[in-house]
Formats: sequence, C-alpha cells, structure tokens
Amino acid sequence: MKIRLEHLTKRFPNRNKKIASEVIAVNDFDFEIPDGKLIGLLGPSGCGKSTALNLICGLEVPTEGKIFFDDDDVTKLPPENRGVGMVFQSYALYPHLTVRKNIMFPLENLKGDKKLTREQMEEKVMEAAKTVQIEELLDRRPNEMSGGQQQRVAIARALVKMPRVLLLDEPLSNLDARLRIQTREEIKRIQNTTGITTIFVTHDQEEAMSISDMIVVMKEGVVNQIGKPQEVYDNPVNLFVAKFLGTPPINVYNGSVKGGELYIGEDKILGKDFVKDVKDQDVYVGIRPEGFVLDENLEGKKGALKAELKAIEVMGRDTSVVFKHASSENPSRAIVTADNNISSSSGEIRFDVNPKKVFVFAKDSEERLI
Amino acid sequence: MKSNNLKAWLYLLPAILFLGVFMVYPLIDVLIYSVEEGYNSASQTSYGTGLYNYSYVLHDPYFLQAIKNTFIIVIITVPLSTGLALLISLGLNSIKKLKELFQTIFFLPYVTNTLAVGLVFMIMFKKTPYTDGLINMILALFGKGPVDFIDGPYWAKMFVMCFYTVWVVLPFKILILTSALASVDEVYYKAAKIDGTPRLRIFTRITLPMISPMIFYLVITGFIGAFKAYSDEVAIFGTNLNAAGMNTIVGYVYDMLYGDSGGYPSYASAAALILFAIVFTITCINLLISRKQPV
Repeated sequence: MKIRLEHLTKRFPNRNKKIASEVIAVNDFDFEIPDGKLIGLLGPSGCGKSTALNLICGLEVPTEGKIFFDDDDVTKLPPENRGVGMVFQSYALYPHLTVRKNIMFPLENLKGDKKLTREQMEEKVMEAAKTVQIEELLDRRPNEMSGGQQQRVAIARALVKMPRVLLLDEPLSNLDARLRIQTREEIKRIQNTTGITTIFVTHDQEEAMSISDMIVVMKEGVVNQIGKPQEVYDNPVNLFVAKFLGTPPINVYNGSVKGGELYIGEDKILGKDFVKDVKDQDVYVGIRPEGFVLDENLEGKKGALKAELKAIEVMGRDTSVVFKHASSENPSRAIVTADNNISSSSGEIRFDVNPKKVFVFAKDSEERLI
Repeated sequence: MKSNNLKAWLYLLPAILFLGVFMVYPLIDVLIYSVEEGYNSASQTSYGTGLYNYSYVLHDPYFLQAIKNTFIIVIITVPLSTGLALLISLGLNSIKKLKELFQTIFFLPYVTNTLAVGLVFMIMFKKTPYTDGLINMILALFGKGPVDFIDGPYWAKMFVMCFYTVWVVLPFKILILTSALASVDEVYYKAAKIDGTPRLRIFTRITLPMISPMIFYLVITGFIGAFKAYSDEVAIFGTNLNAAGMNTIVGYVYDMLYGDSGGYPSYASAAALILFAIVFTITCINLLISRKQPV
C-alpha cells in the first residue's frame, strides 16, 4: 500500500519557556512512498525522524497536513484503525509474557467480526513466528533471549495482525555490529516475503543505504533528498546530504571557480568542460574517497592535486591514503586499489580526480552547483 | 580458601554480634519466659516449665477479643488501603497539572504524628453531652441518628478504627505505588495503543503485572504492620483498651507487662510468640502466592 504525506507538519511547544518559539520536528513533508517498498528515513539524531514515524503510525497528531494510506485519509484515525505494525527501538516486549503471548497480544484485542478463536490465534502466531524464524523460542520470556531474538519477536508481534504498513524505529541500534548486518538482511528478507510497505528510521547511513529501496534524507525536520540510495549517493543535492552519506565520509575543501575552472587552493583540479556555466566564486569542493586517482607507475608523483602524505592504511582489498591539504581543516582520505604500491608514508603526494566523484557546492546556501 | 573463609567470618562478626545480642538472645529469652510457669520477676524464680502460659493466654477472653480485633483490622484495612492507594496512584499518575501538589497532600498524613491525628479523629467521631461531633452532624443531614463511635457499639468503634488505620497507612502505599507506576516504561503503553488495547486490558495485562512486585511488597508489609497495630488504638480509645473492647494482640502484650493488669512477663511472652507464629504463617502464605505469579 502506498503512503502519501501532504504538507505534514508537527510543531512542539518549546519546553524552555524563555524561548517563545516552537520546535518544528517535522516540517512540510510532502512526498509519496510507493507500495511494497522498504524505505529508510535517514538523518542525524534529533532531526525528527522518529516524530515522522510516530505521525504515520498515529501516536502523534500532526499540527498540519494529511496522511493518506492509498486513498484513505488516516490523519485523524487512532493507531489501531490504521493497520500499522510498529517495532520500537527498545522492542517494548512485555517482560512478564512469553514470546507466544507477546505475539498473540495484538490479536486478543481484535473486536467484532475480526475476533479470532484460540486456534486461529495460535495459527497466526505460528505463522508470524515462522516468518521471523523463532518457532523454537515461543515459550521463552523476553529476558531469556538475545537482542537479535528479541528484535525478531518484536517484528513478529508487529506482523501478526497483517498490518498494511510496518514501521521500525531504529531497529538495529541495540544490536552489536555482527548482529546488525545479519538482522538488516533479515529485515530485507522479511519485507520481501511479506511485501508490506515498510518504513524504518535510522541515523546510520550505511544501514539505510544497504537495504532500502528508497531513502529519505532529513535534516532538522526538513526533507533534503529522496531517492534510490545509489542515486542519492551519486547525486547529492547539497553539502549536508553529500557529507551524510558514505563511509569514509566525503572530503570537503575550500575551493573556487576562477575563469571557468575549478581550483582547490592553487591546484587546478578540473577544467572548463566540467565547470561549464558556473560564474566565478568561492565554493566548497567535495570529493568522494574513491574519486582520487593515483598514477600507478609514478607512485603519486603526477596529478593535479598536491598534498602532504600522512599515512597509508592497508586494508587488503584496497588501500586508504590519508593526506592533508591546506584547503581543508581535516585530513583527507582517499581509497585506492591495493595495486598502488606506495613506498613511503610521508612527503608529497599527487592525485588526479574522477570528475564523477567531484561535487561543487555554493558557499552560502551549500546547495549543489555542479 | 581456608583463610578466605576466616576473613569472611571476621567481616561478618560485627553484624553477627549485634544481631545476636539484640535480636537472637531476646528472642530466645522470650521463648524461655513463655514456658516458665509462675515466673516471678522480683525474685526471678519459677515453679517449673510447661505450656500453662499459652493455655492461660489462649483462654483469656481479653486475648481472644484482641485476636478478633486484630484479625478484623487486618482483613479489612490491608486490602482496602492497598486498593484505595492503587486507585489514587493511578489518578495521580494520569493527571499532569498540580500533580506535585496532590502528591504532597496525599503524603502529608505520613509525616503527621499518629497520636495527634488520633485525637482529631476522636473529636470528629466523639459524642459528648454538648455536641454529637462532626460525623454525627453529617449523618444527621441524611436523617440517621447519632451514633457514639468512641464509646458506643462494637461495629461503630471498629468502623472508626479501620477508617483511621486505612487513613494512616495510605500515604506510604500511595508513595510506593506512584513511583512504581511512573517506573513502567512509556513504550509499553505506546505498543499497546498501536494494537488498540482497551484501557482496562492495558491495566490488567500490562500495568498490574509490571507493578505486582510492589503490590506484593505492600501487602506483605501491610499484613505485618496491621498485625502489630497498637498505637493507633491508643490514639483513639485511650490506654484502657480492654475496657473499650478494642485491644489488639500487641496491646495485650503491653498490658500484660506494664498495664493495670501487668507484671506477667510469661503471659506477655506467650502472647508475643503466638503473634509471631501468626505473622510468620501469613507471610509465608503471601510469599508462596507471590512466587506463583509470573513476574
């Protein structure tokens, strides 16, 4: 089922009474989430992701705007009538109930013609447990299980009512690194098998990129960019999105456009065919770590960008080159193939850049220019 | 290992000494007193040992009255005060405005002296030749005749007693239960809300099980406290509780030691041990029930 948000806005009164202004947690959300897809709502902490999720599930009432599930206006419906399933960050499994009873809990609330018999409930619980592969854990209590297992139970409880939309709030943040990768694949698999439109919130870009069909990048309550992960990565609309996506993060330099050519400090990086019709001005230049090109045989002795080599980090599959350029406050990081055998780990190093991995942003608005 | 063991005992020694001198020894002493027949505290002599003291106490109509009173107070006030405290706590927990103010108001009786409050209760309920008292004036509005709550019929006195006991124990229970309710994670209620759980079901299936350890704590300590009631009775009915027919077991023990009929440490010891047996049994039953709960 597709979800349409129309000018959705949520304002909270400021707790600090001395400041009269309100906090705008969600500012004018206006987009559509396609049917049966896995959507990652991505942004730094406190950007309003969870509020957006709470609005969609009905725990919060929007200040303005509307929410549509397909063509039904659900803005004023209470959560239970929206057909949503929610997995909380802390899972919120009832500690005094067994896994079976936890999963059954939503079913026992059904009223009227939706009411189920015990057998039907048992059947549905079994079905949900099978989907998340926890059949053998049904008689345990939440505190007798690992974080990953609890997570699955929480998903099963959200799925058992066959919701139209599945919402996950920071589903992986309470898991350790290995389990995180495993569980995110698991979420993808469950979403694929059930085909339920799923929205999940995360501050971890890698998490969002790896499993989402579509990501929504937010900053301070405002949607910055929506698109397929790769598209957003390759074509960020502004400096924030460029910085937020990618590990290691993008390298940002103070640069300038002079006479139709792009400069970082004194180094001319790219020529007229790249810059085209941007008028002369100071800019931010963002270069992805994989956008640096080392001339193999010359061991970094030739290239447009001159920098001071700081360290070489060998990672097996590829090599990470750490260097410092005067136009950037922080050390930069380039990822090159392991074939480049750089002998020294200090002195001058020179790079060429791959124009596809270079983004130019305006100094004032931080919007993308090239 | 051996020297470690020795060290451990050494660490425990101060506590063991104190407990031994001030708890275990007196307990044993009470046990000894209770089986010494015809003990004379002046000469510190007795005729012999046996269970006569127990037999005497159990046949003493004052003691039987005390047991009856104590049980009535326990059975009425413990469930009533716990239930009321739960209701008030739920109310306190769901209001936002003036929450602190109401919490303070409900807690005030706890910091007030029980004897002073008892006096106030007595004035409210007492019927004198000059006035019928506040409560009787209210009763008169409904056309009910004046009842002498302090010197009148047994049920009226018991009513005042239970009313007062509930009032006195309520603040502590409210304090415990409001903090127990506040400690239930909000996210459980959110999860229940998404599943459309009715309010009553949220209460019985989520809130109650989550605060049940605290409720059991209150019930157990409530039972123990009510069985040991004495000062509350004195506050309302004065020191001659036997005459008022409102004595409790602890009151009986006190009377046997120091009261007008006092000077019988053996009878007092026997009565105290009977009380101990009762409280112990009830507490064991409570613990057994609480263990069966899936917490």
